Amino acid sequence: MEKKLTGSTLNQRKLSRAALNGFINYGIVIAAYLLIQYLLSAGKVSNSLQSLLVPTCCYIVMAVSLNLTVGILGELSLGHAGFMSLGAFTGITVSILLQNAIPMTPVRLAVSMIAGAAAGALGGVIVGVPVLRLQGDYLAIVTLAFGQIIQNIIMVLYVGVDENGFHITAGSGRFDISADGTTIIKGPMGAVGVTKLASFTAGFVLILVTLLVVQNLVNSRSGRAIMALRDNRIAAESVGINVIKYKLMAFVTSAALAGAAGALFGLNYSSTVASKFSFNTSIQVLVFVVLGGLGSIRGSIIAAALLYVLPEQLRQFNIADYRMLVYAVVLILVMLVTNNAQLKALVGRVLPKRKGVAGNG
Amino acid sequence: MKKKNLAALLMAGVMCVSLLAACSPKEQSSQPPSQGGSDVVTIKVGGIGPITGDNAQYGTATQWGAEIAVEEINALNGPIKLDFKYEDDTGVADTAVAAYNSLKDWAKDAPLVIYGCTTTAPCVAVASETYADRYFQLTPSASSPDVTNGKDNVFQMCFTDPGQGNAAAEYLKSAGLGTKIGVIYNNGSSYSTGIADAFIAKAKEIGLEVVATSTYPEDTTTDYTVQLNACKDAGADLVFLPIYYTPASLILAQAKQMNYAPTFFGGDGMDGMLDMDGFDKSLAEGLLLMTPFNASGTDERTKTFVETYQAAHNILPNQFAADGYDCMYAIYEACCQIDGIADMDSAQLCDALSALFTGGDFSVDGLTGTGMKWLTTGEISKAPVVVKVENGGYVTQ
Repeated sequence: MEKKLTGSTLNQRKLSRAALNGFINYGIVIAAYLLIQYLLSAGKVSNSLQSLLVPTCCYIVMAVSLNLTVGILGELSLGHAGFMSLGAFTGITVSILLQNAIPMTPVRLAVSMIAGAAAGALGGVIVGVPVLRLQGDYLAIVTLAFGQIIQNIIMVLYVGVDENGFHITAGSGRFDISADGTTIIKGPMGAVGVTKLASFTAGFVLILVTLLVVQNLVNSRSGRAIMALRDNRIAAESVGINVIKYKLMAFVTSAALAGAAGALFGLNYSSTVASKFSFNTSIQVLVFVVLGGLGSIRGSIIAAALLYVLPEQLRQFNIADYRMLVYAVVLILVMLVTNNAQLKALVGRVLPKRKGVAGNG
Repeated sequence: MKKKNLAALLMAGVMCVSLLAACSPKEQSSQPPSQGGSDVVTIKVGGIGPITGDNAQYGTATQWGAEIAVEEINALNGPIKLDFKYEDDTGVADTAVAAYNSLKDWAKDAPLVIYGCTTTAPCVAVASETYADRYFQLTPSASSPDVTNGKDNVFQMCFTDPGQGNAAAEYLKSAGLGTKIGVIYNNGSSYSTGIADAFIAKAKEIGLEVVATSTYPEDTTTDYTVQLNACKDAGADLVFLPIYYTPASLILAQAKQMNYAPTFFGGDGMDGMLDMDGFDKSLAEGLLLMTPFNASGTDERTKTFVETYQAAHNILPNQFAADGYDCMYAIYEACCQIDGIADMDSAQLCDALSALFTGGDFSVDGLTGTGMKWLTTGEISKAPVVVKVENGGYVTQ
């Protein structure tokens, strides 16, 4: 009791700063949501921006959850899209299976997203249990392969439901669904004829839940153990931190959130193919995380939102033919600007508070 | 070090600005003058397809083919002018939906017709959007039946995959080719799997013997000896390749290396192989393929098209380009037949065009067929043409 009281002022100040940072993040997300809702009701949002709202929410959740693995746990994951893929196809399957059982769209969407999260978490456990025991870059290698394996498995997977029950086979050869049945996933054709359930509000709620989970994890006792592992594994082990447990906790949470984002993404389009969740998508999310700042949740949110919308918004200018080139140049610029020592010093002078604060906001 | 950083920053900045400066004077696609008498109605045609990424060659072909047709149509001084804009979807469904929405922004309240997408998965995603929003959609090359399934506003210019598989099996039966058949296909592609599944089912039904079926996962695969050996060991004297020409060219080369010389038979994705850079045309001698378009065709229209295309882009047009060209004429001729088109918005135009396309009286002559009509399902009905490669050119069988 006495021990806890000593230095409580210091602790409190630190905690309050972390809490404040967290509240600012909620504030930004809520303000952005209200602003966009207002603009939507005023009819001031273009069609192209409207169509980007849900995927942007998904990519924000992807970036924040990957930041948990890469920035906070300090392990490189190159297969985050694999978890998204698991979530997407599980979510789609569940939403079609429950079509009659749960007629209410928001409830069915929520159940599908929870199922997606469960699938992502399962994938996370399967990858994490053996690999997180190792030291070094093994997680990067295994997650890279994992993303590829998931893609290849879903490409040969045929899933359907008819009056005889649920069918799931690898390859179309033995897939005998009756004429009245619904085919949910058709191998390389992916899932087609999906009823769109996703909405911007659902995406907003998912971001809030993600922030709630990630920020509370980071600012908890477990979160401090995770960051201690990142900073010095040997020191952390020497004070009795269970390496596997905490690594797995961060990694599986990250995978589950990616699964939920995948389910929302899959239910936003009438067709989804496995090749969408390729290595490129994983790298795209990693780019959001790195450019937003490793370990910075707010950075991930802003980077994901801006960098996902940017290439689409470049369409309306005369440079449309070169939009991907411009996008690449912008990425380079962001990288240079955020790492420029003089600019950092300038920001430090303007905002002296920020000096020396290791970004974990 | 700091100076270096700053210099790099400056250079990147200059690159960005110069890029913007270099592109800005360029006018966006071919915008026809919207003047003319009050009789002339301008219809906006928004194209979607991959012009960057893995499938870029197909998207650019559908874009260029359509552009040539649009120029011709606008030069006709007919009652309808087309205002054409093409958006990149990188072959991905979510980007395609974003591209479609930016086309909606481009058209604003003007009547808009959607031309695309080039590849199947994006097309299915966009088709469900156009179905809900009521825009008429005509795709040059998205061949899965899922594209049109359950949507009264979406039509195809190409054969469907199962349709092509069935036609291939029936052709082999009637021509008496291939006593033992091997099939090699890409089980990661909906196009390839769609044709192969239908072909195998039809072959069984009409009594063709399929002795070997082997697959590969993606078109970037470079070694096909395992698949070829499977066919060779099973004694296949005809190998059906419902795949695109890039992997097919490697299969032909590797078959020759292992002294395996069955008859090879391909689908419309094989078209374009003869124009590949550095491809030894002798490898393709005797290859049979089903294609709706023959670039060495002798009729006047094909000749003009091929000449214009070659002059503009320096390569021979393939069937994607020809399908794109035909799409524009189908849209143009259909619009010419609609009464009171001047007062229509996109939704009314969609209903009028859909009714016309499914009415049974409307037909179009184009590069990929004559008297082309559409079924109520949105599928096209035109005769498949089988050609054989002889002396580096196509000979119709």
